[in-house]
Amino acid sequence: MDFYYGMAQLIGVHTLLGLSAYVVLLTGQVSMAQAGFFAIGAYLAGMLTVLSGWHIVPAMLLAAVASAFVATVVGFPALRVKGLMLVVATLAFGEAVRIFWFNFDYQIAKGNIQVGPLGGEGFKQIRYFPENGWSTADVALFIWAWVIAAMVALWWLDRSRVGSVLRAVGEDELAAQSVGINLTAVKVSAMTIGGFIAGLGGAIYAHYTTHIEHLNFGVVLATFAIAYPILGGLSSVIGVLIAVIFIQGFLVEVLRFMGDWRNLLFGALIVLAMNVRPDGLFDARAMRTLRRLFGTRDA
Amino acid sequence: MLELHSLSKHFGGVRAVDDLSLTVGQGEIFGLIGPNGSGKSTTVNLICGVFPTTSGAVVFEGQDITDAPSHRVVAAGIGRTFQNIRLFGDLTVWQNLWVAQNSVEERQTGWLTRWLGGQRRGRDYAGELLKFAGLADRANELARNLAFGEQRRLEMARALAARPKLLLLDEPAAGMNAEEVSQLATRIRALRDHGMTILLVEHVMELVMGVTDRIAVLNFGQKIAEGAPAEIRSDPAVRTAYLGTADA
Repeated sequence: MDFYYGMAQLIGVHTLLGLSAYVVLLTGQVSMAQAGFFAIGAYLAGMLTVLSGWHIVPAMLLAAVASAFVATVVGFPALRVKGLMLVVATLAFGEAVRIFWFNFDYQIAKGNIQVGPLGGEGFKQIRYFPENGWSTADVALFIWAWVIAAMVALWWLDRSRVGSVLRAVGEDELAAQSVGINLTAVKVSAMTIGGFIAGLGGAIYAHYTTHIEHLNFGVVLATFAIAYPILGGLSSVIGVLIAVIFIQGFLVEVLRFMGDWRNLLFGALIVLAMNVRPDGLFDARAMRTLRRLFGTRDA
Repeated sequence: MLELHSLSKHFGGVRAVDDLSLTVGQGEIFGLIGPNGSGKSTTVNLICGVFPTTSGAVVFEGQDITDAPSHRVVAAGIGRTFQNIRLFGDLTVWQNLWVAQNSVEERQTGWLTRWLGGQRRGRDYAGELLKFAGLADRANELARNLAFGEQRRLEMARALAARPKLLLLDEPAAGMNAEEVSQLATRIRALRDHGMTILLVEHVMELVMGVTDRIAVLNFGQKIAEGAPAEIRSDPAVRTAYLGTADA
């Protein structure tokens, strides 16, 4: 049973990561910085619960706010560049964050052991859940409460005018600004929301793995983050969830027998998906078909 | 209402717009015509802040809007359409209008309702515009699925969604048949009757001659003539620009 709880935790956290990239991708920006925001959330939340003894919920929220703040600051210069240049700029940012944690030491004595982030050795003993007697099932439920809250919030956002405005910017920036949309404000807002959600995801991640190190937050994680909304399509937040389940639940587990060759298959599958279904596995047409099947009216 | 003062835009050595001055009065339908590449669209883009001016000034209702960002220009009360239609194809027809209401609502509603409020408010407001554009029954269609003429009408409605005082129409009749052109002329006159000022950039002569009050003619970025349609029609410089010299 623990295996499935573990799976549910992993899928939940990666869904948050994918949602953070989804918001940014709606405005047409491919951001490789989400793993960086995720790392900031992870380390800060861990430090707040371990070093300062905070309750996990305020620790998560503060860490997410800090990630959002960094995302805003990164957003302004990054958004002056577009397309491939933005990918490179955000990738560089993500790596910078990783290197920062690689070099960051801040340990204090707790009882007879030293706790806190220790550079390349990582940040061990983030034991908030076991110390407070949370079972694996409790943790899984806790994670999914956040995931569902984030999905509902984003779904609502999508249906409100924000969603249309984000998509308008993603589709045609010139037309968007010509109908009175402030491009900078919209793009930086999307980045900020994305930073907040990624920070939340990182904060939970740090606590359920109990041990984080800089290598967890590299290019691979950034690639996963952006692969989820690309694969899931931009029609709805549900697409992200389905893509995460498909990749983490199906590909990673089912193809485990392939060993290291599995990673090669990921790459091939993403290339294949983008060719066969350029608007994602669940594009607008597929979503309409689904709606018809379930009898809900097309919005 | 709109004044251009010695407006210039040079792309490298090309003088796309060169020392252009003109004044569009309140409630006027002003035509801007000229052969291909004479700087008409560049002028529209300069007014809208799409790219920076080389020199000169754009003044709207006494307010200097030279090089203001596009969304500020819209907020000041200038709406535009594009020569090559630029709709948001993956949004529905009424969502195209919904996103364009920002500048209006900024003056009326709190930001929370404005951004997170439901779809109903947007729909009420878009309804009138869709009726005007003859698209009332297409509201839930994706914009990319519209026919060409419908897309042109939607783009005009989208420009109106921000409730502009001045509307810049960049070749609105391009690709239209005669009947559509005459419907367009009716719409343009109806807008003027509602107090809208219109700057019409156009190739299609029957439309320009039929609806405008005054016309300015551009050639190689410079204004070569200005006057009422009848005067323009008989102006020798204009004939030369359009048809070449008599013995060529």
